[in-house]
Amino acid sequence: MTQQVQVKQSTIKAPLLEVKELSKHFVVSTNLFGKPKESVKAVNEVNLLLEKGETLGIVGESGCGKSTMGNTILRLIEPTEGSIFFEGQDVLNMTRAQLQEMRKEVQMIFQDPFSSLNPRMRVFDIIAEPLRTHKVANGKELHRRVYELLDLVGLDQSQADRFPHQFSGGQRQRIGIARAIALNPKLIVCDEPVSALDVSIQAQILNLLLELKEKLQLTLIFIGHGIPAVKYISDRIAVMYLGEIVEMADKESLFSKTRHPYTQGLISAVPIPDPSLREVSEDVILEKDLPDQRNLPKGCSFYSRCPFATEKCKGEKPKLKANEEGHLVACHYPLHA
Amino acid sequence: MQGNAEAKTVGGIRPTVRKVKAYGGLKRWCRLLLQSKTGTVGFFIVLIVVLVAIFADLIVPHDPAENNLSGMLLPPFWMDGGSTSYLLGTDNLGRDIFSRIIVGTRVSLLVGIFSVVLAGIIGLLVGVAAGYYGKWVDTILMRIVDSFLAIPSILFILVVLAVFEPSIMTLIVVIGLTNWVSYARVVRSEVLSVKERDFVRASHSIGTKNTTIIKKHIVPNIISSFIVISALSVATTIILEASLSFLGLGIQPPDVSWGAMLTDGRNYLATNWWIATFPGIAITITVLGIIFLGDWLRDVLDPRNYFSKKGGA
Repeated sequence: MTQQVQVKQSTIKAPLLEVKELSKHFVVSTNLFGKPKESVKAVNEVNLLLEKGETLGIVGESGCGKSTMGNTILRLIEPTEGSIFFEGQDVLNMTRAQLQEMRKEVQMIFQDPFSSLNPRMRVFDIIAEPLRTHKVANGKELHRRVYELLDLVGLDQSQADRFPHQFSGGQRQRIGIARAIALNPKLIVCDEPVSALDVSIQAQILNLLLELKEKLQLTLIFIGHGIPAVKYISDRIAVMYLGEIVEMADKESLFSKTRHPYTQGLISAVPIPDPSLREVSEDVILEKDLPDQRNLPKGCSFYSRCPFATEKCKGEKPKLKANEEGHLVACHYPLHA
Repeated sequence: MQGNAEAKTVGGIRPTVRKVKAYGGLKRWCRLLLQSKTGTVGFFIVLIVVLVAIFADLIVPHDPAENNLSGMLLPPFWMDGGSTSYLLGTDNLGRDIFSRIIVGTRVSLLVGIFSVVLAGIIGLLVGVAAGYYGKWVDTILMRIVDSFLAIPSILFILVVLAVFEPSIMTLIVVIGLTNWVSYARVVRSEVLSVKERDFVRASHSIGTKNTTIIKKHIVPNIISSFIVISALSVATTIILEASLSFLGLGIQPPDVSWGAMLTDGRNYLATNWWIATFPGIAITITVLGIIFLGDWLRDVLDPRNYFSKKGGA
């Protein structure tokens, strides 16, 4: 897919995005004095490094905090703790003007194409909004740019006068993508952009993203809950469980040398056309639901569902550690050790 | 069906685009109106009422305040003893009921429309501010709204009208100032649901200013329900004005309003039913017309009906 040189975490020199110890805790209830009594740790001390030009996939079950993380990177949600650096600038301590500049560089594609477009606006105005907001273009130049964007995402110029409800889900997602690339951003956070679409349309949108990434030299964070889509588009994949990254590695390494039992569980959950081809011995079937996120277990967060759990897992939280290939995992007893 | 003509591209890229008006031209409105039976009926009722109010002085056959002691309590023209010069009969002072209804239209419409405009503007501003900005803005504004709701509005109006001289102006202001709270609450709850939609988050992530988001994203998405509530409350306000005038606190003689006419006719209901009945019918028809029009507006203002709706609302 790309000829990109995979750089190990430690050797990335000038990362586009750096996320350090990022946490977001949602307060569920407070005590008498307004102090938080119970909170849900949606994102818990997450570290990420994103190199320019790569696509980082983030997978995990619903409710694991992957969307929350995406939103905090754009400061749509203020994180509780941690720091985010975009091109070396501290995103959380930016002045208004700096933040406004960053908003040009970082864009988002949303999950639900029916909610992400204002039903009262014409496609033209939707796509023109970022251009107008940042006063990048007006008049004829604005028209030219919007039509160019429509072309880029594979829509017809004649559709610019229409309203969102006149489009199918896939077309709407294309409009959302056109809006996201309007300002020539450097980074796009794709928050499950294909999970609301038909399977047949998903591939089209994924290919469009890949094509645009090449053409516009984008860096993508691709959040998804389905392994196949994330696998298809990403160079590197992080697996999240209950707000933490439990495994992160190059795509090839993650699938060929899966180290965390949860990742193995997610991979086993993908239906395959001919089950007899599957190496049954490697399957990890995830049972039970997510534990109560208000009282996470003290040890490994995956302890309650892990088939290989021991006493050590119950008492001691495993740290995210890399092996010599740069494959990170947070597990006391990694597979493929 | 709209905009296809100019949609054809010229040499790949269209050089300029004729901006299509947001809700189309007069022709489209007429077509949309004729598609809906209730809408058409409502529109014509309202149109007639408005025309009557504007040209009341030219239409009235008699001076509405003129007493005619020789022709007191005349029945409508089709009954025994009725006269075609007093179409709907006369009241206990011999005043022409038909003329009085025509002149009363003015008060009813003025009070109905302008108090709703006043209440609507205040309610929209407060509701949007509370819903969009949230936090302490919301807390303060909504507590004010709550305290307004805690006062029985009819009592408040009675007190104010007892202190200030009742006139059309005071009626408009006092009804407007008591009714804005219901708009504020409705608008706030609509804003709360709209602002959580992804297109608003998208706008934030782009860096659009709050005021622009409110103008472009929030208000257009709540405005149709707002317009419908406003249209419907013109109807209830007309009834409120009638009740206040009925209580003797509304329009004072020699001015005429439908509510005041009901008061006049109350004592004669058993013997001379026409004095109270015709203004009552006038209120009913007007209110019904406004409600029909409001329902139609709700359907039309939804852009999902913009292109496709063929059937009528």
